[in-house]
This record gives sequence, C-alpha cells and structure tokens, in this order.
Amino acid sequence: MLFFSYFKDLVGREVTVELKNDLALSGTLHSVDQYLNIKLENTRVVDQDKYPHMLSVRNCFIRGSVVRYVQLPPEGVDVELLHDATRREARGG
Amino acid sequence: MMEPLEMIKDSLNKQIYIKLRNDRELTGKLNAFDQHLNMILENAEETHTSVELDEETYEQVYKQNKRSMPMVFIRGDGVILLSSHTDH
Repeated sequence: MLFFSYFKDLVGREVTVELKNDLALSGTLHSVDQYLNIKLENTRVVDQDKYPHMLSVRNCFIRGSVVRYVQLPPEGVDVELLHDATRREARGG
Repeated sequence: MMEPLEMIKDSLNKQIYIKLRNDRELTGKLNAFDQHLNMILENAEETHTSVELDEETYEQVYKQNKRSMPMVFIRGDGVILLSSHTDH
C-alpha cells in the first residue's frame, strides 16, 4: 500500500521507467494501480537508436511486473514521510 | 525472535548494498521498503557486470558498468539479498 500511495502522489510528474528487458521510457505519470501497473503519457524512449520501432509510442500502459526501476524526481520526495510510512507498514504487515 | 524484515527496518536512512537478478548490484541510502522488498534508494549507484570474451586470448573479461541515480524505486521481485555492509 505504501508505494501505491506514494506513486499516486507522483501523478503528473516526470518519471523514467526502466523495464526488465532494459527498455527505458520517460514520460508523465498518468496513473497507477494497486499492482503498480503504470500508465505513462508523452512517452519518449530513452535510447531511440536502439529501439527505433518505439518512436511512435506516445502513451502506454506498463504491467507492474515487468518494471525493474522507476527513476523519480528527487526534489518531490519527502524523505521523512517515507520513513514514517515504512515504519508504520512494517509494524502492521 | 527478530523477524528478517525488522532487521531491514534498522537499515532505514542508512547506506545499504543490494544484489539484484541479472548481475546488478546497487548501493545507496534506504528511504522506504515494503514486504515485497520494493524499495526507494537515494543517491543509488548501480554496477552492472557483464562477461566478454577476449577475441585474441579467449579469456573471460569482466566488465563493470556503473551509473548513478539520485532517487530510484526498485521493484522487489528482482532482489536477491540486502546487506548493511556497503564495502563490496
């Protein structure tokens, strides 16, 4: 629940999603669900030379299970809030 | 008895080392985690190790590619182990 809430607060921000097959996509976070499936808008493929067939992709849905990393805007992260939420989650779960 | 996840709780806000699938390793400051070992790391450095064959000697050459990410979410299903010792 922690990361679902966290990503919901990041809606509208610019993120870079790196998939398990090394494809990295940047875009505006449009929405997220409980499985951490992600919908991106204004998508750009980071390495366009390697994936030219992805050039025309502007919006996409990414299944949560294929995500390796999500690079986040560091300035929008309230570190104290994350620590508190993590301690609360670790106690309850 | 202290449960394993509680030990990770003690690593909050500290430097940790993570070994991931596909020959990836990460170090960074742990800002958040959950029961799946999804995590958020600050000032993360990733080391990706690949093996290449030297064309002349046919020896295996280990190549390490490093990159840094200021703030990154890591999906827990790729995690193999966590350690509080970062001097790997």
